[in-house]
Amino acid sequence: MLLGPALAVSAMLFSIGVGGVLLRRNAIVIFMSVELMLNAVNLTFVALAQQLGPQGQVIVFFVMAVAAAEAAVGLAIMLAIYRHRETLDIDEFSLLRG
Amino acid sequence: MTPDLPSSVQLVWLVAALPLLGFLVNGVLSFVRPLATRTVSAVGAGVLVAAFLVAAWVVSGVVRGHAEGPYVLTFWSWMPVGDLAVDVAFQVDPLSAVMLLVVTGIGALIHVFSIGYMRADPSYARYFAYLNLFVFFMLVLILGASFPVMFVGWEGVGLCSYLLIGFWFEEKANADAGKKAFIMNRIGDAGFLVAMFLIFQATGSLTFVDVFAAAPGVFEVGGPTIELITLALFLGCAGKSAQIPLYTWLPDAMAGPTPVSALIHAATMVTAGVYLVARANVLFALAPIASLVVATVGAVTALFAATIALKQWDIKKILAYSTVSQLGYMFLGVGVGAWASGIFHLVTHAFFKALLFLGAGSVIHAVHHAYHATHRHEDAQDLRNMGGLARHMPWTATLMWVATLAIAGVPPFAGFFSKDEILARAFALGHEAWVFYPLWGAGVVAALLTAFYMTRLMLYTFHGPNRTGEEERDHLHEAPWIMTGPLVVLGVGSVVTGLLNLPHVLPGAGWLEHWLEPVTAAGMLSGPEFHLGARTEWLLLLGATAIAAAGIGGAWRFLRPETLRPAREATPEAGWQRVLARKYYVDEIYDAVLVRPLVWFSERVLWKVADTFLIDGLGVNGAARVTRFTGWLGTRLQTGRAGTYVGVFVVGALVLLRVLTR
Repeated sequence: MLLGPALAVSAMLFSIGVGGVLLRRNAIVIFMSVELMLNAVNLTFVALAQQLGPQGQVIVFFVMAVAAAEAAVGLAIMLAIYRHRETLDIDEFSLLRG
Repeated sequence: MTPDLPSSVQLVWLVAALPLLGFLVNGVLSFVRPLATRTVSAVGAGVLVAAFLVAAWVVSGVVRGHAEGPYVLTFWSWMPVGDLAVDVAFQVDPLSAVMLLVVTGIGALIHVFSIGYMRADPSYARYFAYLNLFVFFMLVLILGASFPVMFVGWEGVGLCSYLLIGFWFEEKANADAGKKAFIMNRIGDAGFLVAMFLIFQATGSLTFVDVFAAAPGVFEVGGPTIELITLALFLGCAGKSAQIPLYTWLPDAMAGPTPVSALIHAATMVTAGVYLVARANVLFALAPIASLVVATVGAVTALFAATIALKQWDIKKILAYSTVSQLGYMFLGVGVGAWASGIFHLVTHAFFKALLFLGAGSVIHAVHHAYHATHRHEDAQDLRNMGGLARHMPWTATLMWVATLAIAGVPPFAGFFSKDEILARAFALGHEAWVFYPLWGAGVVAALLTAFYMTRLMLYTFHGPNRTGEEERDHLHEAPWIMTGPLVVLGVGSVVTGLLNLPHVLPGAGWLEHWLEPVTAAGMLSGPEFHLGARTEWLLLLGATAIAAAGIGGAWRFLRPETLRPAREATPEAGWQRVLARKYYVDEIYDAVLVRPLVWFSERVLWKVADTFLIDGLGVNGAARVTRFTGWLGTRLQTGRAGTYVGVFVVGALVLLRVLTR
C-alpha cells in the first residue's frame, strides 16, 4: 500500500472536516464533519501502522470507541436542544458569551 | 565562680513560689467564691508572712555563708538560641537579700493592713490575687540572675500596677490612670530593651555575673557604647521609678486602693529603677556622663516634685509627689556613685513612706466612712475636709508624725541618716567637679521643702478645727487593730532602720555599706572616691538638722489651719500658687505637645491617608479592580459561538504545529 496517497486522502478528508465545522451552521452537519476529521486521523494511523508496527491500529480502535460514545452523547444533546429551541442553527446558541 | 550553696539559700525558690500560689488560689476563688473573705485573707496574707519567714531564713544563710560572689541558682534553660543562652535563674547576694527582706516584710504588713481596708469591697478576692501576683513578679525582678529574667519581673510588676491602679475600673478616670501608667512605662521599657540588645552585642552575655565580669575589659571608661547602654537603662529606670520626664503617671496612679499605693507606688515597685542602677553599678561606674545624667535628673526631680507637693490638697497626691521627690534622692545617690546610700534611702523610705500611705489610708477610711454614714458625697481625700483628726484617731496621728519626722530628716529617725548620707556624698564629689555643688544645693532645698509640705499635711489633717462636718464628726473613728497593727511595726522600722548605716563619724557606722560591699566593690574601684573630713561631716549633719527644723518650724509658724474652708467652699488659688496646684501644667503641656499631635497624625495621616487611601483604596480595592478589569478583557474572547471557538482552535493548532515542527 502506498503511504503517500493514503496520507493525501487523509489530509483531504481532515481539511473537508475542518471546513465543515467552520462554515456550516447546522449542528448535525458540524457533528458529521467532526466524525470526518476523526476518520481522517484514523486513516493516518492505519497507513503509518504499516511501517511503524501495530500500535497505530490499536489506537484506531480506541478512537472508534470514543467516537461512538461521543456520537451517542452528542446526538442526545442535540435532541434535547431541538426539543427545547426547535432549531439546530449553531448561531442561535450563544448563552455562554462572556 | 559560684560558691557552694547553703541549704537555706536553696529555698529561695519558695519565697517566689508562695505568692504565686496565693495568686492562683485567690485567682480561682475570685471566680468561684468571690466573697469567701476569710479564706482569701488567710491565703493572701498568709503566703506573704510565710514568704517573709522563708526569706529571713534565706538571708540568714547568706549572712552565715560569707561568700565572695553571688549564689546563682539555675532552675531550667529558658532561651538557648545560638550564642544566646538565658537560664531561668535566681541570684542571691547581699543586694537582693536586702530587697528580699524589704519586699516580703513590708509586703506582708501591707497585706495584713489590706484585710481591714478592703474588707467591704465586692472584688476582695481579685484584689488579693493581684497583690499576690505583684509580689511574685517583684521577687522575680529582684532575684533574677540575668537582665531578661529581671525584665520578666519588670514587666510583670508593671502589669500588676496597671491592674491595681485600675482596680475600680467602673470609673473611667481610674481605668485611664492605669493606662497612663502602662503606656509611660512602655516608653521606659523600650530603653531597657535597647540596653539589653547593646549589652548582648558588646559582651555576648546577658547574665549579671558574666556581664559585670566582662564589662571592665570590654568597655573603656566613658566610651560611647557604655554611655548609650547606661542611658538606655536609665530611661527604663525613669519610667519605672517616675523620674522626669516620665513621672506624671505616678500621681495619677493614686486612683488605686491606698494599700496598693503604699506597696507598689511607694515602697517597692517604683524603687526598682534604683535597684537596677545599683545592680548595674559596674556599668554606671564606667559611664561618667550617664551617671551625671542620673544624678542631675534625680536632683532636679527631687526639687521639682517637692515644689508641686507644696500646694496639693489631695492627701495621696502629696504623698505621691513626695515619693517622686524621694526617688529623686535615691537616683542622686546612685548617680554620684554612692550605691549603698541609694539603697539605704530605698530601705528607710520603704518604711516611712509605706507608713505614711497606710496612715493616709486609715485617715481616708475614717473620713470616707463618716461621709458614708451620713450619705454625703464629699472628697474623703481632701485635706480641707479633714482637720483635728488627732483627737479621733490618736494612734494613726502619732505614727504618721513618726513617719513625718523620718521623711523630714529629723535625727535620730531613719530618713535623717539616709538622706544626709546622699547629700554628703554629693557634696564630697563637689571637690572633683563643681557641677555637683548645684545638685547638692537642689537636694538641700528639696529637703527643706519636704519638711515643710509634710508638716503642712500633718497640720491640716490632724490639727486645728475639724472641717469634716457637724454630723460626720461623731462617725470618725480609729481604724481596727488589723490596720493599726502594721502601722506600729512600720513606725518602729521608721525609727530604727537609720541604724543600718550610721555616718562615719559615729560608732558602728556604715554597716549596710559594708554588707553591700561584695556587690558594689567592683563599681567602687572604677568609680569616684569620697573624701570628707570629720569636721565637714559634722557640719553637714548639723546643717541637715537645721534645715529639717526650719522646714517644720516654718510650716508650723506660717500655716494657719483655722483659716481653711472645706473643699466645697474653698476658693481656687491664684498666681504662682495656682501654677503649683496645677502641677506646672505638665500634663497639659504633654497633652498639647505629644498626645494631640500624635492623635492628629494618627487620624489625618495614618487613618485617612495610609489606611483608607493607600491600603484600602490602592491595595485591597485596587487589587480587586485590576483583577476585575483583566477578567473583563478575558470575557471579550468568550463569544459563546461555537464557530469562533473552532476557528480560534484551528488557528491555534496550526500555529502550534508550525512552531513545534520547525
